Amino acid sequence: MNATATLTVTRAELEDFLFLEAALLDAWRLDEWLGLFDRDARYLVPAAGAPDDADPTTTLFYIADDHHRLTERIKRLNKPTAHAEFPHSRCRRLVSNVRLLGGTDQAFRATSNYLTYRSKMGETQTYFGHHLYEMCKVDDQLLITKKTTFIDADDIRDQNKVSIIL
Amino acid sequence: MASIKADPSAHRRVQGLVHEDPARGIFRVARRTFVEPDILVREQALIFDRCWLYLGHESEIAQPGDFLTRDVGGRTLLFVRAKDGVIRAFFNTCPHRGAMVCREKQGNAGMFRCFYHSWAFNLEGKLVNRPGDECYTTEAREAGHHDLVPVPQVDHYRGLYFVNFQRRSEPLVAYLAQAAEFIDLIMDQSEVGMEIVGGTQEYSIEANWKLLCENSFDGYHAVSTHATYLDYLQSRAGGLVKRNLSVGQAHDLGNGHAVIEYGAPWGRPIALAVPAWGVEGEAEVNAVKARLETRFDPARAERIACLNRNMVIFPNLVLNDIMAITVRTFFPAGPARNLVNAWTLAPKDESATMRERRLFNYLEFLGPGGFATPDDCEALALCQRGYANLSEAGWNDLSKGMLSPEPKIDDEVQMRVFWREWQRRIAEEG
Ligand code: FES
Ligand SMILES: [Fe+2]
Repeated sequence: MNATATLTVTRAELEDFLFLEAALLDAWRLDEWLGLFDRDARYLVPAAGAPDDADPTTTLFYIADDHHRLTERIKRLNKPTAHAEFPHSRCRRLVSNVRLLGGTDQAFRATSNYLTYRSKMGETQTYFGHHLYEMCKVDDQLLITKKTTFIDADDIRDQNKVSIIL
Repeated sequence: MASIKADPSAHRRVQGLVHEDPARGIFRVARRTFVEPDILVREQALIFDRCWLYLGHESEIAQPGDFLTRDVGGRTLLFVRAKDGVIRAFFNTCPHRGAMVCREKQGNAGMFRCFYHSWAFNLEGKLVNRPGDECYTTEAREAGHHDLVPVPQVDHYRGLYFVNFQRRSEPLVAYLAQAAEFIDLIMDQSEVGMEIVGGTQEYSIEANWKLLCENSFDGYHAVSTHATYLDYLQSRAGGLVKRNLSVGQAHDLGNGHAVIEYGAPWGRPIALAVPAWGVEGEAEVNAVKARLETRFDPARAERIACLNRNMVIFPNLVLNDIMAITVRTFFPAGPARNLVNAWTLAPKDESATMRERRLFNYLEFLGPGGFATPDDCEALALCQRGYANLSEAGWNDLSKGMLSPEPKIDDEVQMRVFWREWQRRIAEEG
């Protein structure tokens, strides 16, 4: 049997990875977080309530970054002149309902639910929704090739904006 | 709603909120205007209940039966295209006991049925069906109380639909004054028409709505607030287009509307290429521009293609034709919070690749996840928090370029136009 055509990744392995991802973001270790992404990876956040097949080339998202823009987003968030996140907000991300959705080690899909709290200047916002990941396993390392974060609310009136990485 | 007539001292209290001293070149606005509930009550009665307010674009309800629900000026409205193609707006409340008749954001319907007692209305708002209709007297039936209530005035200009809650007012086109010419510069970007692209950004800012009016065409803050955005532009292949951000002009368009028009270092799908779009992108943009040149004289074609415009149509419609076109409207939810709806408008006939570039461009700057808008929101929220000190620190300054013979876009003339109209309206007798 051709090993490359199978999915050897386990849910436990995936969970470890996704929990690490959340921990890096909570700690604002953004450069390390970016290191979890493939060089051609994309990061997308459609408008709240968008369907799973929403397309950033035909509809208006909140965020639709290619790898270059994602890198620049991280550089920006590391600067004190990223005013919306200076000083950095306090965040805590809860990740659950982790599922492998199939594929092979070369290209597989996964999903998780999230609940993210962000606190700044005495106000707290709550984001909730689900992530869809496209990933691969290279040299025993998991890598994200595309991360789409769905905000499963009608709108973001309660959250104001999306100035953090969800 | 609280009556603005109830308190005779209220009228006196709203004089002089905008203080202008032309001889000394000073223009100031009282910070009370951003925090006092009484002022918000007057704004509702004297501005939102009286001005033409943006409802939506015709392309959002393109087909017969298409509808959408939208909150405008403190009302909940139903915006619908009937079978005959005519667009109408109704108050989204059942004539029976008041339930919202339509609960979906948008869709296509043959009729609207209120689920409470099942009254049904056609797309023209007429009651067409209800259980137990025979139990109503002819008088009750014919009194005209049983249809959806239409918005008193609905009018449109080049695809933009506006409502007015007064029975009589100046017509929309007169109200728009010279803003109409600047709407033309957007709508002329396509021969077949413009459309709202799918996807709405519905967010909020913890600040008074007027701060967003100011911010939407504030040419003074770009370099300081948006330094990280300019860094991003610089980082892209080939860097910036050689255009100086501050070269341009501000125009008073009448009736409280104003615009700034200027060159800028970002790309425009219509029609100014940036190196990052590559040879292919540049060729496509040049073709778009060449098409404009066949339709308009060279100066107008150049102006449509290369200049940027940030316009505020009083009181709360922003049309910014910049790295993409944003249509933005917002309403107060209390003095210290406003709810924002933003869309993007694009030529219906643009290519898929250009549409993709346009959407990519929009998100690099605009919206709740852009490289710029979140910092604007932060700035406005900080202003609002600063007004906690208004008893001792009570005035905003908008004097920049007050006596300049040729106001620049980083002067504050456009905000002063807004504020003069605001003061005039707010000080009217109820
Ligand atoms: S409230 Fe609508 S039918 Fe009774
Ligand atoms: Fe800004």
